[in-house]
Amino acid sequence: MSEALLCCSGLSVRFGGLVALDALDLEVGSGAILGLIGPNGSGKTTLFNVITGVYRAAGGRAQFSGQDLAGMTPQRIYAAGVTRTFQRSRLALPLSVFDNVMIGNHRRLHHGLWFNLFRRSELRREFESNLAKARALVATFSARLAGRMFDAAGAFSMIDRRRIEICRALVSEPRLLLLDEPSAGMTHEETRELMDDLLAVRSRLPGLSIVIIEHEMNVIERVCERCAVLNYGRKIAEGSYAQVAADRQVQIAYLGTE
Amino acid sequence: MSALPGIASIAAMALYAAFFLHAESQAQVLGLVALAVVGVPVLARVGWIARTATSLEAHPLAARSASVAALAATIALFHDQHFVMLMLASVALYSVACLGLTLQFGYAGVVNFAGAAFLGVGGYTSAVLGPHVPHALVLLIGGLLAALVGSILILPILRTRGHYAALITVAFGILFRSFVEVNDALGGPQGLQVKGMNLFGWELNSPLRDLSFYANYVFVGLALAAAAFVLVRRLERSWVGLNLDAVRLDETAAAVFGIDVARWKILAFTCGNFFTGIAGAAYAMMTGFVAPNSFTFGDSLILVSIVLLGGLGSAWGVPLAAGIVLIVPEKLQALQEYRFLLYAMLVIVILLARPQGLIARPAREYFPK
Ligand SMILES: Nc1ncnc2c1ncn2[C@@H]1O[C@H](COP(=O)(O)OP(=O)(O)OP(=O)(O)O)[C@@H](O)[C@H]1O
Ligand SMILES: [Mg+2]
Repeated sequence: MSEALLCCSGLSVRFGGLVALDALDLEVGSGAILGLIGPNGSGKTTLFNVITGVYRAAGGRAQFSGQDLAGMTPQRIYAAGVTRTFQRSRLALPLSVFDNVMIGNHRRLHHGLWFNLFRRSELRREFESNLAKARALVATFSARLAGRMFDAAGAFSMIDRRRIEICRALVSEPRLLLLDEPSAGMTHEETRELMDDLLAVRSRLPGLSIVIIEHEMNVIERVCERCAVLNYGRKIAEGSYAQVAADRQVQIAYLGTE
Repeated sequence: MSALPGIASIAAMALYAAFFLHAESQAQVLGLVALAVVGVPVLARVGWIARTATSLEAHPLAARSASVAALAATIALFHDQHFVMLMLASVALYSVACLGLTLQFGYAGVVNFAGAAFLGVGGYTSAVLGPHVPHALVLLIGGLLAALVGSILILPILRTRGHYAALITVAFGILFRSFVEVNDALGGPQGLQVKGMNLFGWELNSPLRDLSFYANYVFVGLALAAAAFVLVRRLERSWVGLNLDAVRLDETAAAVFGIDVARWKILAFTCGNFFTGIAGAAYAMMTGFVAPNSFTFGDSLILVSIVLLGGLGSAWGVPLAAGIVLIVPEKLQALQEYRFLLYAMLVIVILLARPQGLIARPAREYFPK
């Protein structure tokens, strides 16, 4: 068995006749940051969806920390330590920032009916310690946001919503974090800030592995040790950013020329 | 925010309700309806309703005391009038049922257009078990049976989404009514007599002093409604409430963060039906009979419209909307069949002015000061 935290081999996903992932082999080591790039429709988001149990693989396998993900529900995959953000932000907009972050903290909370209804003083302690924790996490991304924990998520800008979504994915201290275009729609300055904040959190969580889908090449260059390139569901290149950028096939895929 | 706007609003509502219940002529009733139709949007426009809501949220003790005082005054004023007492008890019991629906529809997002059928399960439980079993136990069994029947219905609901799930509940409601209609052991179309409630030796059908005997049912109804209110509130202000909201808003996102979507839908549906079943059992004991015609699709719609009118997921909205939905048509008797037309128009006007319902659900505060 390899030492990789996430190990995909021959992983395939089909939608009717469309092959969205075609026999993909991919490994993510413990503590690594992998950049995932590729043109639109190349299967990047689909990969996140199979890993998190939202879609089923048609063939091949994906293993997380030695466990086969194929038979696992999204809930169990989360409990094993995999979290994600969504390409198109999927926050619960009418709920508060705190509520949204706590949705991500599900595995650390007590959900018994009796506990929640009648052991209110214990619930209160749990609430207060989690509020402090959520506030501290949000504060690493934005102090202003941390001061408005009980405002509805829908009241914030797209950029703040992304920060909230990343906090939701980080709060349970996962082992693998999947980020789907976290900087979409941000300026260079905002993207730089977001990445710095993310790296700051990571320095506190040693062993956290990250896979980041990004169109912004300088982000990939700066934060990823390694990156993989998808095209039509196949991995066409993998290596350091410099290696991948120099790859002939990658240039063809991106420029669309022969 | 001071407690004053909240208290003032509760007092004004109680006063309005007293005038409304007291109004004898149709002209008075229509005048009061018109006053509300004009007055409520104006109050909303100037922000008074929002202030009332935040004030009540910020001062739960004041809100509770003012509500209790307003209720006590209303009961004292009308203590010997059967009609008013019957109405108040009905509002209280419908509030219990609609708080159940709030759990299902307002929080977990599980639609239930078979509310009347679950009232019916409770009602028929009272009819059948009333003569043999202590009535506190009958209420409990009524709730449990409704929850049990609901836990069978939830299986197909979990497999479908949106309109299809709604359709399944509609079909179930019709099925229930047909079932009791053709079942001779349950009295067929004529239905069954139900014994008046007897709680630990207290005969509710024999009046206390000069009070209407319905006042007894008002007390029991209010006790049940208060209990349901506290439970629903606590549930909302907990991780369970958060899970239910997460399931309603985005099932996929919920699942990806470990939330067991089916578990929370089942919990909300079952608890909600438990409340509705208890309400149905108590209501049947009050009215003294159950018949298939009391549990039609139209009756289910009344329950849903109370929840929507009050404000989806709004616990305070439920008793207020129940009051409007149950009492207004009764007071418009002289208009005969047209009263439903007028009443329907009233509901539409209210929802146009306040799409969020009369009292929009406030943001969750786990432990309000
Ligand atoms: N649920 C689905 N049903 C049918 N086809 C799908 C579904 N999800 C994705 N696809 C298809 O699979 C292919 C890969 O899509 P995917 O979303 O993974 O691409 P992507 O690399 O994330 O692209 P982008 O950069 O635009 O986000 C596309 O052709 C897409 O249309
Ligand atoms: Mg994508």
